[in-house]
Parts: sequence; structure tokens; C-alpha cells
Amino acid sequence: MSVLVYAETSEGKFKKPAFEATAYGKKVAEQMQTNLVVLAINANDTTELYTYGAEKVVSVSNDALKNFNAKIFANVIKQTAEKENATVVIIEANANGLYASSMVAVQLNAGYASNVVALPSATNPFTVKRKTFSNKAFNNTQILTDTKVLTLAKNSVGVQEIPVSGSTEKFSPELITCNLKSESIEKTTGKITIADADLVVSGGRGLKGPENWGMIEELAEVLGAATACSKPVSDLGWRPHSEHVGQTGKPVASNLYLAVGISGAIQHLAGVNSSKVKVVINNDPEAPFFKAADYGIVGDAFEVVPKLIEKLKEFKANNA
Amino acid sequence: MKILVCISHVPDTTSKINFTEDNSKFDSTGVQYVINPFDEFALTRAMWFKEKQGATVTVVNVGNATSEPTLRKALAIGADDAIRVNAEAIDGFAVAKELAEVAKNGNYDLIMAGRESIDYNGEMVPGMMASILNYNFINACIGIDIEGEKVTISREIDGGKEVLSGNLPIVIAGQKGIVEEKDLRIPNMRGIMMARKKPLTVVEPNNAEAKTNIISFEKQAAKGACKLVDAENVGELVDLLHNEAKVI
Repeated sequence: MSVLVYAETSEGKFKKPAFEATAYGKKVAEQMQTNLVVLAINANDTTELYTYGAEKVVSVSNDALKNFNAKIFANVIKQTAEKENATVVIIEANANGLYASSMVAVQLNAGYASNVVALPSATNPFTVKRKTFSNKAFNNTQILTDTKVLTLAKNSVGVQEIPVSGSTEKFSPELITCNLKSESIEKTTGKITIADADLVVSGGRGLKGPENWGMIEELAEVLGAATACSKPVSDLGWRPHSEHVGQTGKPVASNLYLAVGISGAIQHLAGVNSSKVKVVINNDPEAPFFKAADYGIVGDAFEVVPKLIEKLKEFKANNA
Repeated sequence: MKILVCISHVPDTTSKINFTEDNSKFDSTGVQYVINPFDEFALTRAMWFKEKQGATVTVVNVGNATSEPTLRKALAIGADDAIRVNAEAIDGFAVAKELAEVAKNGNYDLIMAGRESIDYNGEMVPGMMASILNYNFINACIGIDIEGEKVTISREIDGGKEVLSGNLPIVIAGQKGIVEEKDLRIPNMRGIMMARKKPLTVVEPNNAEAKTNIISFEKQAAKGACKLVDAENVGELVDLLHNEAKVI
């Protein structure tokens, strides 16, 4: 018996969610009185995982796995789970992990719970708490099968260092074929993506036009934040669709979500209310966002934001 | 080309979320149900294939009779016929299994769904369905074109997009981008009249066994009041974010 975590790499490197999933897996393994195994594919340095509780790392290196293919990766996860006799399989909830996880569940004939926010409240029957109703509620779900597949809700369990003396074992699974072919990958470089960001600065229609986004970008730069926008802003073409956050846009689960000139329609809040701290700057004190936010400033964004940038620069200078 | 669009029947976004029976069930009292917004994107793209490439479009839902008005709405938007699998949607796997059965029996070339439903947010049914059918699957699909048997698809990845090519049959989980929000359709009177005469077939389920079971619900804890900072004293916000919220 074991607990298996699939920790994704991007160009050979692990990102924060990989460590979050590993530390979570270690705690689940302790609860189940068993060992943690972490699967890493084409990783530069698997020893990084030892800091987060990975006693054993199964390392797969294969040029054919350089680009992600959900079907092939799901099968590698399945083979590793079978080899390691895993009863709980935890997959990182990024775009690729969520793509592969439902396939892994079917292949392992496992019950699957996504959006998990905490450690299991019981291991028999295995019960986990999950986000539901677009972050307005939680449910407690029992997984009834012998093998269980879990994905974690973004930024919900947190990274924790649990140093162990780990070891890495090589594994060369047989790869299945898939007739889906990757033609091209376009990625923005040099910019923090909304998916990776701890801090997000978002602008709404209150900013009056795309020409006024300079101060939003400057604010984001000072904070080291990603930029986002509300639906009307992307529909009007002021900002690219990839920046639209909200129910039908990108979900945000950052540590800080700072909304400027966004009134806070329910569809917008549904997509951002997983963020830990929400700040709103709006000149309308009746804007619904003030009911959802932790901190707020009622005022003209064109006066408040430049002042905020100045104060943040001072803060950064004093805390550098 | 035969298209199957999977439709979830979900509470409207603005619904109050409450639970009954000792927090074990969703309280549907006074709740307005709609086509799941993510499924609406898929359905709208399916309508494009119907109008431009002569596809036929079937919509399907796993649920009890209360979801029929939602299927009728999809017919009013322009789908040709509807199927309701007469079963409670207990868990993702059971729903995927029932849908896979419908997909297989009807020999559909393209099976479309939304990336997730706005009630259970599982993001699992389309991928499970594809795995059960052993069809290729694209999650977070933001573009699809079909020429004969050949499919070109874009999917959203963290920080960008990937373009893939493959063949029919295929399962895709769509989201905004597969069509734009402004292109979503509201049924017109003629559509609503026509929808009444379109076939809605009820099929009995295969009683696929659920692998998970929701035992209870909890509401989000009530949030404290928003702390207001004076617009003349912006430095206080920086201070609060650093010392109190500890996010910077």
C-alpha cells in the first residue's frame, strides 16, 4: 500500500503546487500509516521533493514525454500507481493535471474527488471536503472504491516543509500511443500568469478605457502580481480574453486579489472568491464588491492607484 | 456529422445556495434552473456546425423529469432532438457511464460538454466519458474546427494555448473561447414554438454504480465586514496588507 503524488514539472522544474501536493500526500500517507511515493517526469532535480516529505521518488525520464499528452501521461500515472500498489493517487490541479486526472480515475477504476480543500476527515470510509457551488459552499464526499483519486483546489492546503531523507528510483514505463498530435504551443513569456500568481491585480470598466491600464500594470509590477480584468473589459476588447477572470473566465485562488473599478457582479465574485484576501478600490460605496472584500477604499481609482503605487514603492524600499 | 451535446441542469448563478434535510441535500425551493453556462458555449459551437456544415445536434441530460425544461430550452436554441437518461445524477462516474452508453448507441462523431458544471464543479465527467469510450479527449477546449474526419482543436494551458490535431470521434470539454460570450443565443419565440414539437426521448439508465457519495454540505463561513481605508490615507492599506493580512 502507498500514497502516490504526481508532481508536475515545467521545463524540468517543479512549481509551488507540486510541493503543496507532495506535502499533502505525505500527511495523507501518515494518516493511512503508509508511505508516500512521488512520480516525477523529466525532472532536473528530484531531491527538491525530499524537503516536502517525499521519501521515495519514482523518476521517469523519456524524451517522448517532453510534451504533455493527457492520455499517455494518465497511463504512466496508472502504471506507477499499480507498480507502487497505491491506494490514494493525488494529482496536481493545474491545467494538465485536471486534464489527466479523470482518465486516471477510469483506468484505475477509482472514485475521484476534485477540488479537495483539506486532509481527509476520515480514512475509512475515506472522506474529503471539497469546494462546490462555484465556491459558495463545501461538500463532504466519501470515496467508496479501494483506489481513490484526488485533485486539490488551488492554493487551499498550503506548502509545508516536511524534510525527509528521500531516495530516487528510475522507472521506464512502456508508453502507449495516442493519435492526437500537438501542433503548436503558445505561451506568454516573462509575465506572471494568473494560474501561477500569488498576487493578482484586476481592472474593471471603472477604468474607462484601455489607455488607462498603465497604472494597473505598474501596480502589478510593484507588487510582483499578475494582471487580470473583468468580463466587460475583455468583451469590449480593452484587454485580452486570457485576462478575464470570473465564473466563465479564469478562476483565481491567489493570496491577494486587488480589484480596481470592478463593481463585483455575482458572476465575477464566483470566479475570484477563492482568493484569500480581497481588496476593492471603487468610487461607488454601494458596489457589491465591498460586501465580498476584506479591505476597501471608496475613492477615485485615478487618484488612489498612483498613491498606492507610491506607498508600495516606499514599502518595498524599506523592506528590501 | 452527428454531434451529442451534454447538458447539465444547474441553479442559476444568482441563486441563493441553501441546504435542507440536515444539510444533506441542496434546497431547490425558489431556485431557477438553467443550462450550465459552460455547456452553453459547447451548444453554441454545435449550432455553428449544424448551420455551416450540416451537422445534426442531439442534446442529452442525466436527470429526472425536472430537467426537461432545460432540455427544451436547448431545443429552442436549435438542437434537433433531446435524450433524457432517467436517473439521478449521483456522481461523476455514474453520469459519465450513462452518457458514454448514449454516445455509443447513437454513434456520435463529436461529443461536446462544458468543462465543468457550476454546481458541482467536478471537471471530471467529459474526461471519464472519453476514457470509458476509449475516444480521444480535449479538456478546456477554446477552439474547434472540423474538416471531414480531421479535427483541429485548441486547448487552454497555464499561460497560453496548445493547438492539437486528431480525428473523429472525439470528446471535448468546452469553455469560453470555443465561441465568444456575445455569440451565445437566447431562444426566440419561433424556436420555443418549434421546440415543443421536437422529440425528447426518455431512456432508462444502465444503473451505473456510483463510486463517490456526498454525505453533507456546508456553507462558506460568514465573512467579516470589509475594513474601509480612507482614500486620503492609502499608506494604511499597505500597512494592513503587510501586518494584518500578511500577503505582502
